[in-house]
Amino acid sequence: MSYIKLVDVTKKFGEVIAVNNLNFEIGEGECFSMLGPSGCGKTTTLRMIAGFEDIDDGEIYAGDKTLSSKKRGYYLPPEKRDFGMVFQAFAVWPHLSVYENVAFPLKLKKLKREEIVQRTNDALKHTNLLDAAKKSPADLSGGGKQRVALARALAINPKVMLLDEPLSSLDPHLREEMRFEIKDLQKHYGFAIVYVTHDQSEAMALSDRILVMKLGVVQQIDSPLKVYNEPANKFVFSFIGLSNFLNVSVSDKGIKTKDSGIVSYPKYPIDDALKTQKDIVLASRPSEIGFLSEGGIPGILKRKSFLGEIIDYAVDVNGAEIRIQKGRKEPGPNTGETCHLDFYHPHWYSCND
Amino acid sequence: MNIVKKPGLSITNIILFISIGILVIFVAFPVLLILFNAFFGGGTLNVKDIVSVVSNPETYQALLNSVFIASGTTLFSTIVGTFFAWLVTRTDLPFKGFMKIVFLVPFMLPSFIGAIAWKMLLNPRAGYINRFFMDTLGFSDPVFNIYSYLGMMLVETMYLFPFVFIQVSGALERMDPTLEESARISGAGLFTITRKITIPLVLPSVISGALLIMLYSMAHFGTVAVLGMEHGIFNIPTLIYEKIHASAGNFQSIRTATVLASVLIISAACIIWLQRKVLGSGKYQIIGGKSFRPVELKLRGLRYPLLFICLGYIAFTILLPTLTIFLVGGLKTYGLPFTMENLSLANYHFVLFEWQLTKDAIFNSVTLGFAAAVITMFAGVMISYVLVKMKVRGKGILEFLGVLPFSVPGSVIALGVILAWSGKFGINLYNTVWIILVAYIARYMAFSLQANKAALSQVHDSLMEAAQACGATMGQTLKDIVLPLVRPGMLSAFFLIFLPALRELTVSVMLYSPATRTLGVAIYTLNEDGETVYSAALAGIALIIIVLGQLFIKKVLGAKQQ
Ligand SMILES: Nc1ncnc2c1ncn2[C@@H]1O[C@H](COP(=O)(O)OP(=O)(O)O)[C@@H](O)[C@H]1O
Ligand SMILES: [Mg+2]
Repeated sequence: MSYIKLVDVTKKFGEVIAVNNLNFEIGEGECFSMLGPSGCGKTTTLRMIAGFEDIDDGEIYAGDKTLSSKKRGYYLPPEKRDFGMVFQAFAVWPHLSVYENVAFPLKLKKLKREEIVQRTNDALKHTNLLDAAKKSPADLSGGGKQRVALARALAINPKVMLLDEPLSSLDPHLREEMRFEIKDLQKHYGFAIVYVTHDQSEAMALSDRILVMKLGVVQQIDSPLKVYNEPANKFVFSFIGLSNFLNVSVSDKGIKTKDSGIVSYPKYPIDDALKTQKDIVLASRPSEIGFLSEGGIPGILKRKSFLGEIIDYAVDVNGAEIRIQKGRKEPGPNTGETCHLDFYHPHWYSCND
Repeated sequence: MNIVKKPGLSITNIILFISIGILVIFVAFPVLLILFNAFFGGGTLNVKDIVSVVSNPETYQALLNSVFIASGTTLFSTIVGTFFAWLVTRTDLPFKGFMKIVFLVPFMLPSFIGAIAWKMLLNPRAGYINRFFMDTLGFSDPVFNIYSYLGMMLVETMYLFPFVFIQVSGALERMDPTLEESARISGAGLFTITRKITIPLVLPSVISGALLIMLYSMAHFGTVAVLGMEHGIFNIPTLIYEKIHASAGNFQSIRTATVLASVLIISAACIIWLQRKVLGSGKYQIIGGKSFRPVELKLRGLRYPLLFICLGYIAFTILLPTLTIFLVGGLKTYGLPFTMENLSLANYHFVLFEWQLTKDAIFNSVTLGFAAAVITMFAGVMISYVLVKMKVRGKGILEFLGVLPFSVPGSVIALGVILAWSGKFGINLYNTVWIILVAYIARYMAFSLQANKAALSQVHDSLMEAAQACGATMGQTLKDIVLPLVRPGMLSAFFLIFLPALRELTVSVMLYSPATRTLGVAIYTLNEDGETVYSAALAGIALIIIVLGQLFIKKVLGAKQQ
């Protein structure tokens, strides 16, 4: 059942269209990530959901409540939306203790004393902060501060948590640990998560569905597996992992680069729509390319780096660099040699993407 | 192999000794003389003697007045400064950018000139405003008497509130906006956020600005000298002035003056210590985040009334007094109405080109300011270099001495140099310009240290080590690497000293002789002597020089940054 719903949402800052005609729905208890490079409009979208930005077009709903509507000129201020939100820079209040930070939203709700105490302690317990309750958050580490921010956000037991790159100010090893903590909290409290990140592995690890964005425009909304296996276009493909692109020309018989003979790929047929274009792009991951003794697409090995468990090859194919990664025990050519490439799982995209 | 030879320890030590020497001779020695004279004036420590000095009604009253006027000024300035800072940073007030600049203008204007202007406007009998109310509107009594405690507090507030304004608006601007946004999403309305989050978070900045005002106002000479003295209201600096001038060198007067000065030194030290403690408490690290969207409070219906209040404040406290100075400076005789036939540029012409006294005063101020700025700039960069960059034994002493210039008010310095340089120790500079120069160096050392330390701490140690590793000697490193990098700091130190020195009154008024009047002293004494129109004309010229100087700096330093 969908809970948050965005319909045709657009936001402009002067000439810049930060978010362009956005449509999506988020289910109750779902973990939904927005992924994209810096400046693509993720934060702006989140802030429109939170109510910090008004919208230039469209509507935002939560359940049967309207949050923002351009048409009706309606706008519910953030303090009335009952969401939890966690910011990148922690934003915990240094003049209040950890306990007071977490109790702040509950006090504003004018709950009974015992209930405030009970719910604050509950939130502190689940974020492992009970021992630090009396401390100033300024005395905690980055991870500790972010836990306070999480506890404060979930104290009111919100239906939706908005997280804006909450882990990007933390050390890498802490980041992974906190991912799981967030997941556990979600299981316990049952809130939906709208998660903003530019780190694709974070999005993959956490989410039920991922939205990939570029310059304010949605590129794809799918499950992590689908986004990884079937990127909707060249941009999504390149954003989701290490990628190789090769311009090739197509004909009925197969594909060819400038220097290769015709190679046919019967296992991974090319869309009929793409076939009508003469030149298309072959996209491939470094682990999905092999070396043949002959045939395939020819290139010259420029560099071979030993990275421990794997060996990284850089092959020059008509001026394009193709990266290939193989296990250290698998045989491979040496620098300067001509090699023949076999693409196991090629993806085909139009040149104009 | 080319072995990099460390230049002998001797050079480092010599620099350290010179640095310590400068601070000792110019700052520590005069201050110690004051403290010594106050506590051991009779040869031994005599507490009863000190108590009798302090409990003399005159001294006691001056102490009380200083504290009372400073407290009132601090209270008003803090309210005004915080309110305006909040308005221009956190609301949708129109013309915010313009007002942010205008609220800093009072900083440029010398407050004693302001006091003179307010005397012309609100003198109970002759002030233009009071006369307007009594003559034109038929009031039987003057609306306000500027010769009062409240009058002095308000005039000081007009010129000092920027201390709080700068600190608080800076804190509000740098403050991570998500601190407020997270309160908002927690369910707090803008009023609750302001009360529970914003204000507590900027409180250290408010307090720090307030303490600066307290310090400045307790030791402030100009306003009380113009508005209080002739009506028997003295504060510490004006009483020191009175004692030094009225009773040239009389032992008991010097004693009283040194006791008063000691009170100033001790309070200043306490205030500075407190300020550093408040600002230093790391708990209030509120800066951060990349978000650039502070919550803007929609003033709605209050938008235009508040705009009107701001513009009214600017017109009343900045434009009106400035205009008054220029108009009175154009009058044939003080007291005439401002009509075309009474106004001319004759007075301006006279004080600029004809009258030796005022011409000398301008010349003295410019040369003294320039000399003090150059000397202090170089001394400051050397001392800062030792403080920030050098690792030598004995640096602790310098660090202690380096704090001293910050806590010594102008009137204390003047008294100190009189004690030190009046022949008692072999050199007599009394009644010469040199004694003013010596005092200026001590007075402005803090500015130079601050600017240069800031610039030097931007220069990373590794830059110099890299140069030395390339075979450069310490001298070459200094010349080719460090000097270009610290030049901006030195330049800003120069202007930070030159401009205030141009309009300086507190120090020079205690040290001047008829031949060594500074611009400030000339304006002040002419006004005291009833030469009101010449005083105003000279003040007008001073204002023009100050504004032009400020614009020039902006241009020079602004160009440097690109
Ligand atoms: N308050 C603002 N004023 C002007 N431009 C803004 C503002 N906020 C965001 N933008 C612009 O909108 C675009 C999207 O920004 P943002 O949502 O912060 O991106 P992301 O979070 O994906 O990095 C950027 O081009 C940014 O410069
Ligand atoms: Mg962002």
